[in-house]
Amino acid sequence: MKLRFSLSIGLLLCSSISYSETIFVTLEKDNAIAIVDPIAGKLVKTVEIGQRPRGIALSPDQKHLYIATSDDDTVIVVDTETLKVVARLPSGEDPETFAINSEGTRMYVSNEDDNQITVINLAENKAEKTVPVGVEPEGIAVSPNNEWIVSASETTNMVHWIDAKTLEIKANTLVDPRPRALSFTADGKQLWVTSEMNSTAMVIDVATKEITQTIRFAIPAVGQEKIQPVGVVIDAEQNWAYVALGPANRVAVVNAQTYEVEKYLLVGARVWNLAFSPKQERLYTTNGVSHDISLIDTQTHKVTKSIAVGRYPWGLAVKK
Amino acid sequence: MAHYWFALWGIVFRELFRFVKQKERFLSALVRPLVWLFVFAAGFRAALGIAIIPPYDTYIMYEVYITPGLIGMIQLFNGMQSSLSMVYDREMGSMRILLVSPLPRWFLLVSKLLAGVFVSILQVYVFLAIAWFYDIQPPVEGYLWILPALILTGLMLGALGLLLSAFIKQLENFAGVMNFVIFPMFFMSSALYPLWKLQESSQILYSIAKYNPFTQAVEFLRFALYGQINQEAALATILAFAIFLIIAIIGYNPSKGMMKRKG
Repeated sequence: MKLRFSLSIGLLLCSSISYSETIFVTLEKDNAIAIVDPIAGKLVKTVEIGQRPRGIALSPDQKHLYIATSDDDTVIVVDTETLKVVARLPSGEDPETFAINSEGTRMYVSNEDDNQITVINLAENKAEKTVPVGVEPEGIAVSPNNEWIVSASETTNMVHWIDAKTLEIKANTLVDPRPRALSFTADGKQLWVTSEMNSTAMVIDVATKEITQTIRFAIPAVGQEKIQPVGVVIDAEQNWAYVALGPANRVAVVNAQTYEVEKYLLVGARVWNLAFSPKQERLYTTNGVSHDISLIDTQTHKVTKSIAVGRYPWGLAVKK
Repeated sequence: MAHYWFALWGIVFRELFRFVKQKERFLSALVRPLVWLFVFAAGFRAALGIAIIPPYDTYIMYEVYITPGLIGMIQLFNGMQSSLSMVYDREMGSMRILLVSPLPRWFLLVSKLLAGVFVSILQVYVFLAIAWFYDIQPPVEGYLWILPALILTGLMLGALGLLLSAFIKQLENFAGVMNFVIFPMFFMSSALYPLWKLQESSQILYSIAKYNPFTQAVEFLRFALYGQINQEAALATILAFAIFLIIAIIGYNPSKGMMKRKG
């Protein structure tokens, strides 16, 4: 008994040292970010940051946090240690989502109202170019090898393939209505796209730029109109994909090998965006209407906890 | 001391034997909560709002919420059923054999209670095992933690049944008591809906439900199933058990209780 007790204390200490991590959550209505300790399972503090913060990402070196403060018409650069704003990027009007290349040298911002992508040089914090795309560009992603920038236009119902070198559209893929989020697999061979209006997720082959799979979501006792897929992430081993289903209040667990939906996990209301913990043993969700985030154990596929963070959590970034 | 054990074993064995012999009783004891779980909970799954309340850490499906309530239901029915058998025993005369033994009456009654609790715990674990396959999977330690809670809540609900059986003279009257005791107790509790939900519609209903011993038993079980102790519910359960048992013992005392008037 004594041995077991000391063992468990030891394990507890180890786990708290090796797994420490911080989640930054943008709070759309509080004009702030929430800082959450997922191991302790609690909100650490809330910091006011700017008007209507939405899209959020860490720089590859994790020293900076980029946050689209939509109503300030800028993307702010925040020092992750001091939590002070160190720069403001010329993002164009009403920025919501953006993507950064793996080297951390360029940022691509969707300008929904102007139907364009703004390319920002992160070394000089300057706008380099704007790329015209379809109507209402929303989801945006950069391929792992930095070859492609993909942008989904909500109204044109297209994924635009922009060559990262020439910054020109090289191809378009017609997808289901109102595409929202995009995510590449770790090997860069597939692009997953969610369609808000069709309750589907599509898998596009990067080589051919054609849809190879369409996954339809249906939950017993939940109206189809409530199933609005938004955020999508795929684990590094490509075993599982997770899709946030918006007002259905669930995250779909999809077998990324067979493309079958294995499970629907109940989380908070209007689940929107998703992010893994650094080792991918946990998945975090932002639940806008219930003002909290949920923690999912990716080994057991169970929701372990939900933590209240503030009004309308939108996006999240996880720091080691 | 040995004859105490002998008597306890005899009473428990008799109850167990009766239970095993009556396969329908075992089946109905299981089917009842399972019907609630598979049919009622499925129907209400989308209708009820969700909110995080202790002991739950996150959002739960409705069937997860009502599971502790259904465990309580198993024990409530079991408590009533074993008291029904007391009435039957009294009518058949086998109770006389039990009560004329030289052991103290309270001991015989508590033995009878323990026998009922033992049977109810078997039913609960079978129910939990089936529920596990229906994706109702509380933490593993919860299955252990719930055992002491089950003993106490089982004793409390059994004592209530015992109390009722002391005052019921004929089997025929028992059905009425089932209606007037079991259903109000079950529906005016936190078994099917959280108390805050009741409070939204009626403050009076909320107050009744809050002080309903069955609510306390269900909450005690709910927390225990998630490895936590709800002290208030635990104390209320113990208190209710003590009160019910004392009244039952008085009720079964031939010189003071209802037995006298009957005889």
